[in-house]
Amino acid sequence: MAKQHVMTTINDNAVEFLCDMHQTMLDVLRDELHMMGTKEGCGTGDCGACTINVNGRMACSCLMLGAEAQGKTITTVEGIAQSDKLHTLQRKFIEHAALQCGICTPGMLVAAKTLLDKNKNPTEEEVRYWLAGNLCRCTGYNAIVTAVLDAAKEMRGA
Amino acid sequence: MSEMRYEAPKTVEAAVALLAGASGTLRVLAGGTDLLVQMKSGRVDPTLVVDVKGIPEMTTIAVENGGFRFGAAVPAMTLHEHAAFSKAWPGLTEAAMLIGSYQIKGRASVGGNLCNASPAADSVPALIAAGATATIAGPNGRREVKVEDIATGPGKTSLGKGEIVVSFFLPARPAHSGDAYLRFIPRTEMDIAVVGAGINLTLDASGKCTAARVCIGAVAERALLVPDAAKALVGTTVDAAAIEKMGAACSAAAKPIDDKRGTKVYRTKVCGVMAKRAAAIALNRAKGAN
Ligand SMILES: Cc1cc2nc3c(=O)[nH]c(=O)nc-3n(C[C@H](O)[C@H](O)[C@H](O)COP(=O)(O)OP(=O)(O)OC[C@H]3O[C@@H](n4cnc5c(N)ncnc54)[C@H](O)[C@@H]3O)c2cc1C
Ligand code: FES
Ligand code: FES
Repeated sequence: MAKQHVMTTINDNAVEFLCDMHQTMLDVLRDELHMMGTKEGCGTGDCGACTINVNGRMACSCLMLGAEAQGKTITTVEGIAQSDKLHTLQRKFIEHAALQCGICTPGMLVAAKTLLDKNKNPTEEEVRYWLAGNLCRCTGYNAIVTAVLDAAKEMRGA
Repeated sequence: MSEMRYEAPKTVEAAVALLAGASGTLRVLAGGTDLLVQMKSGRVDPTLVVDVKGIPEMTTIAVENGGFRFGAAVPAMTLHEHAAFSKAWPGLTEAAMLIGSYQIKGRASVGGNLCNASPAADSVPALIAAGATATIAGPNGRREVKVEDIATGPGKTSLGKGEIVVSFFLPARPAHSGDAYLRFIPRTEMDIAVVGAGINLTLDASGKCTAARVCIGAVAERALLVPDAAKALVGTTVDAAAIEKMGAACSAAAKPIDDKRGTKVYRTKVCGVMAKRAAAIALNRAKGAN
Protein backbone atom coordinates (compact mmCIF):
# COMPACT_ATOMS: atom_id res chain seq x y z
CA MET A 1 0.00 0.00 0.00
CA ALA A 2 1.14 3.53 -0.76
CA LYS A 3 2.45 5.36 2.26
CA GLN A 4 1.93 9.00 3.07
CA HIS A 5 4.89 11.20 3.93
CA VAL A 6 3.99 13.58 6.76
CA MET A 7 5.95 16.47 8.26
CA THR A 8 4.75 17.76 11.58
CA THR A 9 5.86 19.19 14.91
CA ILE A 10 5.57 17.04 18.02
CA ASN A 11 6.57 18.41 21.42
CA ASP A 12 8.57 21.23 19.78
CA ASN A 13 10.52 18.83 17.54
CA ALA A 14 10.19 18.68 13.77
CA VAL A 15 9.12 15.11 13.00
CA GLU A 16 8.76 13.27 9.70
CA PHE A 17 7.10 9.93 9.27
CA LEU A 18 5.63 7.58 6.71
CA CYS A 19 2.23 6.20 7.51
CA ASP A 20 -0.29 3.87 6.05
CA MET A 21 -3.50 5.72 5.07
CA HIS A 22 -5.58 3.81 7.59
CA GLN A 23 -3.27 4.51 10.52
CA THR A 24 -4.62 6.85 13.14
CA MET A 25 -2.42 9.42 14.84
CA LEU A 26 -2.52 7.14 17.87
CA ASP A 27 -1.16 4.26 15.75
CA VAL A 28 1.54 6.57 14.36
CA LEU A 29 2.63 7.78 17.79
CA ARG A 30 2.86 4.31 19.28
CA ASP A 31 3.79 2.05 16.34
CA GLU A 32 5.84 4.33 14.07
CA LEU A 33 7.34 6.88 16.45
CA HIS A 34 7.52 4.55 19.46
CA MET A 35 6.13 7.22 21.76
CA MET A 36 4.24 4.98 24.16
CA GLY A 37 2.98 7.70 26.51
CA THR A 38 -0.32 8.11 24.67
CA LYS A 39 -2.62 5.19 25.54
CA GLU A 40 -5.43 3.43 23.75
CA GLY A 41 -8.55 2.69 25.76
CA CYS A 42 -11.65 2.40 23.62
CA GLY A 43 -10.45 3.43 20.16
CA THR A 44 -13.81 5.11 19.53
CA GLY A 45 -13.56 8.58 21.08
CA ASP A 46 -15.29 7.71 24.34
CA CYS A 47 -12.54 7.36 26.95
CA GLY A 48 -9.98 10.14 26.32
CA ALA A 49 -6.94 7.95 27.12
CA CYS A 50 -5.48 8.87 23.72
CA THR A 51 -5.89 12.65 24.19
CA ILE A 52 -3.28 14.83 22.49
CA ASN A 53 -3.19 18.57 21.82
CA VAL A 54 -3.36 19.59 18.16
CA ASN A 55 -2.88 23.28 17.35
CA GLY A 56 -4.03 24.27 20.83
CA ARG A 57 -7.12 22.06 20.95
CA MET A 58 -7.31 18.65 22.53
CA ALA A 59 -8.37 15.76 20.35
CA CYS A 60 -8.73 12.00 20.55
CA SER A 61 -5.75 10.72 18.57
CA CYS A 62 -7.70 7.51 17.93
CA LEU A 63 -10.15 9.54 15.79
CA MET A 64 -7.53 11.43 13.76
CA LEU A 65 -5.69 10.04 10.75
CA GLY A 66 -1.91 10.14 10.88
CA ALA A 67 -2.02 11.91 7.52
CA GLU A 68 -3.91 14.80 9.15
CA ALA A 69 -0.84 15.68 11.23
CA GLN A 70 0.77 17.37 8.22
CA GLY A 71 1.81 20.90 9.21
CA LYS A 72 0.25 20.69 12.68
CA THR A 73 1.72 21.46 16.10
CA ILE A 74 1.12 18.56 18.44
CA THR A 75 1.76 18.05 22.14
CA THR A 76 1.63 14.63 23.75
CA VAL A 77 2.15 13.66 27.37
CA GLU A 78 5.88 13.30 26.65
CA GLY A 79 5.99 17.06 25.99
CA ILE A 80 4.57 18.12 29.34
CA ALA A 81 7.65 17.77 31.58
CA GLN A 82 10.53 20.19 31.01
CA SER A 83 13.39 17.71 30.39
CA ASP A 84 13.70 15.84 33.70
CA LYS A 85 11.67 18.34 35.68
CA LEU A 86 8.06 17.28 36.16
CA HIS A 87 5.31 19.76 35.26
CA THR A 88 3.33 21.08 38.25
CA LEU A 89 0.34 19.03 37.11
CA GLN A 90 2.41 15.85 37.14
CA ARG A 91 3.77 16.63 40.59
CA LYS A 92 0.29 17.34 41.92
CA PHE A 93 -1.08 14.11 40.43
CA ILE A 94 1.57 12.21 42.42
CA GLU A 95 1.05 14.28 45.60
CA HIS A 96 -2.73 13.76 45.57
CA ALA A 97 -2.55 10.11 44.47
CA ALA A 98 -4.56 11.03 41.38
CA LEU A 99 -3.56 7.82 39.61
CA GLN A 100 -3.64 4.13 40.33
CA CYS A 101 -3.19 1.95 37.25
CA GLY A 102 -2.16 5.01 35.23
CA ILE A 103 -3.86 4.17 31.92
CA CYS A 104 -5.97 7.32 31.96
CA THR A 105 -3.19 9.57 33.29
CA PRO A 106 -1.48 10.72 30.06
CA GLY A 107 -4.84 11.75 28.61
CA MET A 108 -5.85 13.41 31.86
CA LEU A 109 -2.60 15.39 31.96
CA VAL A 110 -2.86 16.59 28.36
CA ALA A 111 -6.52 17.54 28.88
CA ALA A 112 -5.82 19.32 32.18
CA LYS A 113 -2.88 21.21 30.68
CA THR A 114 -5.03 22.31 27.72
CA LEU A 115 -7.56 23.70 30.20
CA LEU A 116 -4.99 25.53 32.34
CA ASP A 117 -3.29 26.98 29.25
CA LYS A 118 -6.42 29.04 28.65
CA ASN A 119 -8.11 29.21 32.02
CA LYS A 120 -5.72 29.85 34.90
CA ASN A 121 -8.43 29.76 37.53
CA PRO A 122 -11.07 27.15 36.69
CA THR A 123 -13.83 26.27 39.11
CA GLU A 124 -14.30 22.70 40.28
CA GLU A 125 -17.34 22.45 38.03
CA GLU A 126 -15.35 23.65 35.02
CA VAL A 127 -12.64 21.07 35.71
CA ARG A 128 -15.22 18.29 36.02
CA TYR A 129 -16.95 19.23 32.76
CA TRP A 130 -13.65 19.72 30.96
CA LEU A 131 -12.53 16.22 31.96
CA ALA A 132 -15.91 14.59 31.22
CA GLY A 133 -14.39 12.90 28.17
CA ASN A 134 -11.56 11.34 30.19
CA LEU A 135 -12.69 8.15 31.88
CA CYS A 136 -10.91 6.71 34.92
CA ARG A 137 -11.82 3.27 36.23
CA CYS A 138 -9.66 3.53 39.36
CA THR A 139 -9.61 6.81 41.23
CA GLY A 140 -13.20 7.94 41.45
CA TYR A 141 -12.09 11.30 39.97
CA ASN A 142 -11.98 13.33 43.19
CA ALA A 143 -8.21 13.08 43.56
CA ILE A 144 -7.78 14.07 39.90
CA VAL A 145 -9.98 17.13 40.24
CA THR A 146 -8.20 18.11 43.46
CA ALA A 147 -4.80 17.72 41.79
CA VAL A 148 -5.81 19.91 38.84
CA LEU A 149 -7.24 22.63 41.09
CA ASP A 150 -4.17 22.52 43.33
CA ALA A 151 -1.82 22.69 40.33
CA ALA A 152 -3.75 25.68 38.97
CA LYS A 153 -3.43 27.38 42.33
CA GLU A 154 0.32 26.82 42.54
CA MET A 155 0.81 27.92 38.91
CA ARG A 156 -1.03 31.17 39.66
CA GLY A 157 1.41 31.65 42.51
CA ALA A 158 -1.46 31.74 44.98
CA MET B 1 -9.72 -2.98 3.87
CA SER B 2 -9.45 -1.22 0.54
CA GLU B 3 -6.50 0.78 -0.64
CA MET B 4 -7.38 4.27 0.52
CA ARG B 5 -6.33 7.63 -0.90
CA TYR B 6 -6.17 10.67 1.36
CA GLU B 7 -6.38 14.14 -0.18
CA ALA B 8 -6.41 17.54 1.50
CA PRO B 9 -7.40 20.06 -1.20
CA LYS B 10 -7.29 23.82 -0.58
CA THR B 11 -10.43 24.81 -2.49
CA VAL B 12 -14.02 23.61 -2.75
CA GLU B 13 -13.64 23.25 -6.51
CA ALA B 14 -10.63 20.96 -6.08
CA ALA B 15 -12.52 18.88 -3.50
CA VAL B 16 -15.51 18.53 -5.82
CA ALA B 17 -13.26 17.58 -8.75
CA LEU B 18 -11.61 14.86 -6.65
CA LEU B 19 -14.96 13.41 -5.58
CA ALA B 20 -16.60 13.73 -9.01
CA GLY B 21 -13.62 12.10 -10.73
CA ALA B 22 -13.29 9.08 -8.46
CA SER B 23 -15.21 5.83 -8.15
CA GLY B 24 -15.67 3.53 -5.19
CA THR B 25 -16.59 4.57 -1.67
CA LEU B 26 -15.91 8.30 -1.34
CA ARG B 27 -16.05 10.26 1.89
CA VAL B 28 -15.58 13.85 2.93
CA LEU B 29 -13.56 14.11 6.16
CA ALA B 30 -14.36 17.00 8.49
CA GLY B 31 -13.78 16.31 12.19
CA GLY B 32 -13.78 12.56 11.64
CA THR B 33 -15.68 11.92 14.86
CA ASP B 34 -18.28 9.86 13.00
CA LEU B 35 -16.25 8.79 9.98
CA LEU B 36 -13.25 7.38 11.86
CA VAL B 37 -15.52 5.39 14.16
CA GLN B 38 -17.30 3.96 11.11
CA MET B 39 -14.04 3.15 9.33
CA LYS B 40 -12.63 1.38 12.36
CA SER B 41 -15.73 -0.73 12.87
CA GLY B 42 -15.61 -1.70 9.19
CA ARG B 43 -19.01 -0.13 8.50
CA VAL B 44 -17.41 2.17 5.90
CA ASP B 45 -14.37 1.23 3.82
CA PRO B 46 -13.54 4.32 1.77
CA THR B 47 -11.32 4.29 -1.29
CA LEU B 48 -10.97 8.09 -1.17
CA VAL B 49 -11.09 10.41 1.81
CA VAL B 50 -11.17 14.15 1.08
CA ASP B 51 -10.15 16.17 4.13
CA VAL B 52 -11.86 19.57 3.83
CA LYS B 53 -10.28 21.22 6.89
CA GLY B 54 -7.69 22.99 4.72
CA ILE B 55 -10.39 24.84 2.75
CA PRO B 56 -10.77 28.38 4.13
CA GLU B 57 -14.45 28.93 3.23
CA MET B 58 -15.34 25.66 4.97
CA THR B 59 -13.56 26.56 8.19
CA THR B 60 -14.39 30.23 8.80
CA ILE B 61 -17.22 32.24 10.33
CA ALA B 62 -18.08 35.51 8.57
CA VAL B 63 -20.73 38.23 8.72
CA GLU B 64 -22.81 38.33 5.54
CA ASN B 65 -25.80 40.64 4.86
CA GLY B 66 -26.16 41.24 8.56
CA GLY B 67 -26.34 37.50 9.23
CA PHE B 68 -23.69 34.84 9.61
CA ARG B 69 -22.13 32.39 7.20
CA PHE B 70 -20.10 29.61 8.75
CA GLY B 71 -18.15 26.83 7.09
CA ALA B 72 -19.61 23.32 7.25
CA ALA B 73 -16.35 22.05 8.81
CA VAL B 74 -16.12 24.67 11.57
CA PRO B 75 -15.83 22.76 14.86
CA ALA B 76 -18.44 23.26 17.60
CA MET B 77 -15.79 24.78 19.86
CA THR B 78 -15.01 27.51 17.32
CA LEU B 79 -18.70 28.49 17.09
CA HIS B 80 -18.79 28.66 20.88
CA GLU B 81 -15.65 30.79 21.11
CA HIS B 82 -16.94 33.28 18.50
CA ALA B 83 -18.50 35.88 20.81
CA ALA B 84 -20.80 37.56 18.27
CA PHE B 85 -21.99 34.26 16.79
CA SER B 86 -22.75 32.60 20.09
CA LYS B 87 -24.53 35.73 21.31
CA ALA B 88 -26.78 35.88 18.22
CA TRP B 89 -27.48 32.14 18.16
CA PRO B 90 -27.10 30.79 21.71
CA GLY B 91 -29.47 27.87 21.06
CA LEU B 92 -27.61 26.64 18.00
CA THR B 93 -24.28 27.13 19.75
CA GLU B 94 -25.44 25.16 22.77
CA ALA B 95 -26.78 22.39 20.54
CA ALA B 96 -23.40 22.06 18.81
CA MET B 97 -21.66 22.16 22.18
CA LEU B 98 -23.69 19.15 23.35
CA ILE B 99 -21.76 17.00 20.87
CA GLY B 100 -19.49 14.70 22.88
CA SER B 101 -16.64 15.65 25.17
CA TYR B 102 -14.37 18.68 24.76
CA GLN B 103 -12.04 16.43 22.75
CA ILE B 104 -14.92 15.77 20.34
CA LYS B 105 -16.26 19.36 20.29
CA GLY B 106 -12.84 20.60 19.17
CA ARG B 107 -13.19 18.60 15.94
CA ALA B 108 -16.90 17.82 15.41
CA SER B 109 -18.57 20.05 12.83
CA VAL B 110 -22.19 20.95 12.15
CA GLY B 111 -21.69 19.85 8.53
CA GLY B 112 -20.56 16.41 9.70
CA ASN B 113 -23.41 16.21 12.20
CA LEU B 114 -25.89 16.95 9.39
CA CYS B 115 -24.33 14.80 6.65
CA ASN B 116 -23.84 11.80 8.92
CA ALA B 117 -27.64 11.94 9.05
CA SER B 118 -28.25 10.41 12.44
CA PRO B 119 -31.87 11.11 13.46
CA ALA B 120 -30.50 12.06 16.90
CA ALA B 121 -27.91 14.61 15.66
CA ASP B 122 -28.03 17.44 18.18
CA SER B 123 -27.16 20.49 16.10
CA VAL B 124 -29.62 19.69 13.30
CA PRO B 125 -32.97 20.58 14.96
CA ALA B 126 -31.42 23.85 16.17
CA LEU B 127 -30.04 24.62 12.71
CA ILE B 128 -33.40 23.91 11.06
CA ALA B 129 -35.26 25.97 13.67
CA ALA B 130 -32.84 28.81 12.96
CA GLY B 131 -33.99 28.80 9.34
CA ALA B 132 -30.51 28.07 8.05
CA THR B 133 -29.79 27.40 4.40
CA ALA B 134 -26.82 25.42 3.12
CA THR B 135 -24.61 26.12 0.13
CA ILE B 136 -23.90 22.87 -1.68
CA ALA B 137 -21.15 22.60 -4.29
CA GLY B 138 -21.00 19.85 -6.88
CA PRO B 139 -19.84 19.07 -10.40
CA ASN B 140 -22.67 21.27 -11.78
CA GLY B 141 -21.85 24.30 -9.64
CA ARG B 142 -23.41 25.59 -6.47
CA ARG B 143 -26.95 25.54 -5.12
CA GLU B 144 -28.69 26.84 -2.00
CA VAL B 145 -30.98 24.48 -0.13
CA LYS B 146 -32.91 24.57 3.12
CA VAL B 147 -31.18 22.51 5.79
CA GLU B 148 -34.38 20.46 6.37
CA ASP B 149 -34.07 19.12 2.81
CA ILE B 150 -30.61 17.56 3.28
CA ALA B 151 -30.94 14.56 5.63
CA THR B 152 -33.53 12.12 4.28
CA GLY B 153 -33.26 9.19 6.69
CA PRO B 154 -30.74 7.40 8.93
CA GLY B 155 -27.36 7.70 7.17
CA LYS B 156 -28.97 9.11 4.01
CA THR B 157 -28.85 12.58 2.44
CA SER B 158 -30.12 14.26 -0.71
CA LEU B 159 -26.55 15.10 -1.78
CA GLY B 160 -25.64 13.88 -5.28
CA LYS B 161 -22.35 12.31 -6.33
CA GLY B 162 -19.46 14.70 -5.83
CA GLU B 163 -21.56 17.15 -3.81
CA ILE B 164 -20.40 18.64 -0.53
CA VAL B 165 -21.96 21.04 1.92
CA VAL B 166 -19.74 24.12 1.87
CA SER B 167 -21.32 26.43 4.42
CA PHE B 168 -24.46 27.45 6.26
CA PHE B 169 -26.14 30.84 6.17
CA LEU B 170 -28.14 32.25 9.06
CA PRO B 171 -30.18 35.33 8.20
CA ALA B 172 -29.90 38.65 10.04
CA ARG B 173 -31.57 38.54 13.42
CA PRO B 174 -34.61 40.83 13.93
CA ALA B 175 -34.82 42.56 17.32
CA HIS B 176 -36.46 40.49 20.10
CA SER B 177 -35.42 37.10 18.73
CA GLY B 178 -34.30 34.06 20.69
CA ASP B 179 -33.44 30.43 20.07
CA ALA B 180 -32.95 27.39 22.27
CA TYR B 181 -32.27 23.67 21.98
CA LEU B 182 -32.78 21.03 24.64
CA ARG B 183 -32.28 17.30 24.50
CA PHE B 184 -33.19 14.58 26.91
CA ILE B 185 -30.49 12.07 27.89
CA PRO B 186 -30.45 9.80 30.94
CA ARG B 187 -27.18 11.30 32.21
CA THR B 188 -25.62 14.76 32.22
CA GLU B 189 -22.89 14.36 29.58
CA MET B 190 -21.73 12.18 26.69
CA ASP B 191 -24.89 10.48 25.52
CA ILE B 192 -27.13 10.28 22.47
CA ALA B 193 -30.39 12.23 22.48
CA VAL B 194 -33.53 10.27 23.34
CA VAL B 195 -35.41 13.31 22.05
CA GLY B 196 -34.35 16.84 21.16
CA ALA B 197 -36.22 20.07 20.43
CA GLY B 198 -35.06 23.31 18.83
CA ILE B 199 -37.07 26.54 18.85
CA ASN B 200 -36.46 29.92 17.28
CA LEU B 201 -38.87 32.81 17.71
CA THR B 202 -39.25 36.55 17.18
CA LEU B 203 -41.49 38.95 19.12
CA ASP B 204 -42.71 42.43 18.15
CA ALA B 205 -42.25 45.43 20.43
CA SER B 206 -45.45 44.58 22.32
CA GLY B 207 -44.25 41.04 23.01
CA LYS B 208 -46.41 39.28 20.46
CA CYS B 209 -44.79 36.42 18.54
CA THR B 210 -44.44 37.28 14.85
CA ALA B 211 -42.43 34.31 13.66
CA ALA B 212 -41.49 30.89 15.02
CA ARG B 213 -39.86 27.68 13.88
CA VAL B 214 -39.96 24.47 15.87
CA CYS B 215 -37.97 21.33 15.01
CA ILE B 216 -37.84 18.04 16.91
CA GLY B 217 -35.09 15.42 16.80
CA ALA B 218 -34.73 11.68 17.47
CA VAL B 219 -38.47 11.09 17.09
CA ALA B 220 -38.52 10.22 13.38
CA GLU B 221 -36.17 9.03 10.63
CA ARG B 222 -34.79 12.59 10.50
CA ALA B 223 -35.27 15.91 12.30
CA LEU B 224 -38.85 17.13 11.80
CA LEU B 225 -39.92 20.72 11.28
CA VAL B 226 -43.35 21.07 12.93
CA PRO B 227 -45.34 23.89 11.29
CA ASP B 228 -48.35 23.27 13.58
CA ALA B 229 -46.16 23.87 16.63
CA ALA B 230 -44.94 27.16 15.17
CA LYS B 231 -48.53 28.17 14.36
CA ALA B 232 -49.51 27.63 17.99
CA LEU B 233 -47.03 30.36 18.99
CA VAL B 234 -47.41 32.96 16.24
CA GLY B 235 -49.85 35.74 17.16
CA THR B 236 -49.71 34.94 20.89
CA THR B 237 -47.58 36.38 23.67
CA VAL B 238 -46.14 32.87 24.07
CA ASP B 239 -48.18 32.47 27.24
CA ALA B 240 -48.70 29.18 29.06
CA ALA B 241 -51.66 28.18 26.89
CA ALA B 242 -49.75 28.78 23.65
CA ILE B 243 -46.75 26.85 24.92
CA GLU B 244 -49.01 23.97 25.96
CA LYS B 245 -50.58 23.86 22.49
CA MET B 246 -47.14 24.00 20.87
CA GLY B 247 -45.92 21.05 22.96
CA ALA B 248 -49.01 19.05 22.06
CA ALA B 249 -48.37 19.74 18.36
CA CYS B 250 -44.83 18.38 18.75
CA SER B 251 -46.06 15.21 20.41
CA ALA B 252 -48.67 14.81 17.68
CA ALA B 253 -46.02 15.14 14.96
CA ALA B 254 -43.55 12.72 16.55
CA LYS B 255 -43.20 9.32 14.87
CA PRO B 256 -40.59 7.68 17.10
CA ILE B 257 -39.42 4.09 17.29
CA ASP B 258 -39.00 1.90 20.36
CA ASP B 259 -35.38 1.22 21.18
CA LYS B 260 -33.11 0.73 24.17
CA ARG B 261 -33.02 4.49 24.77
CA GLY B 262 -36.76 4.99 25.01
CA THR B 263 -40.17 3.69 24.05
CA LYS B 264 -42.50 5.30 21.51
CA VAL B 265 -44.89 6.42 24.23
CA TYR B 266 -42.11 7.91 26.31
CA ARG B 267 -40.47 9.73 23.40
CA THR B 268 -43.78 11.12 22.19
CA LYS B 269 -44.52 12.63 25.58
CA VAL B 270 -41.01 13.85 26.37
CA CYS B 271 -40.57 15.55 23.01
CA GLY B 272 -43.50 17.82 23.91
CA VAL B 273 -41.95 18.47 27.32
CA MET B 274 -38.55 19.37 25.86
CA ALA B 275 -40.18 21.64 23.27
CA LYS B 276 -42.11 23.48 26.00
CA ARG B 277 -38.99 23.99 28.10
CA ALA B 278 -37.00 25.13 25.07
CA ALA B 279 -39.76 27.59 24.16
CA ALA B 280 -39.57 29.13 27.63
CA ILE B 281 -35.81 29.62 27.23
CA ALA B 282 -36.15 31.04 23.71
CA LEU B 283 -38.84 33.42 24.97
CA ASN B 284 -36.60 34.72 27.75
CA ARG B 285 -33.82 35.26 25.26
CA ALA B 286 -36.14 37.09 22.88
CA LYS B 287 -37.09 39.37 25.75
CA GLY B 288 -33.43 40.22 26.17
CA ALA B 289 -32.44 37.97 29.04
CA ASN B 290 -29.58 36.44 27.10
C1 LIG C 1 -17.56 10.12 21.87
C2 LIG C 1 -18.54 10.70 20.91
C3 LIG C 1 -19.64 11.40 21.38
C4 LIG C 1 -20.57 11.96 20.48
N1 LIG C 1 -21.63 12.65 21.00
C5 LIG C 1 -22.55 13.19 20.15
C6 LIG C 1 -23.66 13.92 20.68
O1 LIG C 1 -23.81 14.09 21.89
N2 LIG C 1 -24.55 14.45 19.79
C7 LIG C 1 -24.41 14.29 18.44
O2 LIG C 1 -25.23 14.80 17.68
N3 LIG C 1 -23.36 13.60 17.91
C8 LIG C 1 -22.43 13.05 18.74
N4 LIG C 1 -21.36 12.34 18.22
C9 LIG C 1 -21.27 12.13 16.78
C10 LIG C 1 -20.36 13.12 16.02
O3 LIG C 1 -19.38 13.66 16.88
C11 LIG C 1 -21.16 14.27 15.38
O4 LIG C 1 -22.12 13.76 14.50
C12 LIG C 1 -20.26 15.28 14.67
O5 LIG C 1 -20.95 16.49 14.48
C13 LIG C 1 -19.73 14.81 13.32
O6 LIG C 1 -18.96 15.85 12.75
P1 LIG C 1 -17.53 15.58 12.10
O7 LIG C 1 -17.04 16.89 11.62
O8 LIG C 1 -16.65 14.86 13.06
O9 LIG C 1 -17.95 14.63 10.90
P2 LIG C 1 -17.13 13.53 10.09
O10 LIG C 1 -16.96 12.31 10.90
O11 LIG C 1 -15.92 14.13 9.49
O12 LIG C 1 -18.20 13.26 8.94
C14 LIG C 1 -19.45 12.64 9.20
C15 LIG C 1 -20.11 12.23 7.89
O13 LIG C 1 -20.53 13.37 7.15
C16 LIG C 1 -19.84 13.47 5.91
N5 LIG C 1 -19.49 14.87 5.77
C17 LIG C 1 -18.81 15.63 6.69
N6 LIG C 1 -18.73 16.91 6.29
C18 LIG C 1 -19.37 16.98 5.09
C19 LIG C 1 -19.61 18.04 4.18
N7 LIG C 1 -19.22 19.29 4.44
N8 LIG C 1 -20.28 17.77 3.03
C20 LIG C 1 -20.70 16.49 2.77
N9 LIG C 1 -20.50 15.45 3.60
C21 LIG C 1 -19.85 15.68 4.76
C22 LIG C 1 -18.66 12.53 6.02
O14 LIG C 1 -18.27 12.02 4.78
C23 LIG C 1 -19.19 11.46 6.95
O15 LIG C 1 -19.97 10.55 6.24
C24 LIG C 1 -20.39 11.79 19.09
C25 LIG C 1 -19.27 11.11 18.60
C26 LIG C 1 -18.34 10.56 19.50
C27 LIG C 1 -17.16 9.83 18.96
S1 FES D 1 -8.77 5.48 22.88
FE1 FES D 1 -9.28 7.36 21.95
S2 FES D 1 -10.91 8.02 23.15
FE2 FES D 1 -10.57 6.03 23.93
S1 FES E 1 -5.87 5.43 37.20
FE1 FES E 1 -6.62 3.61 36.35
S2 FES E 1 -8.00 4.37 34.87
FE2 FES E 1 -7.44 6.14 35.92
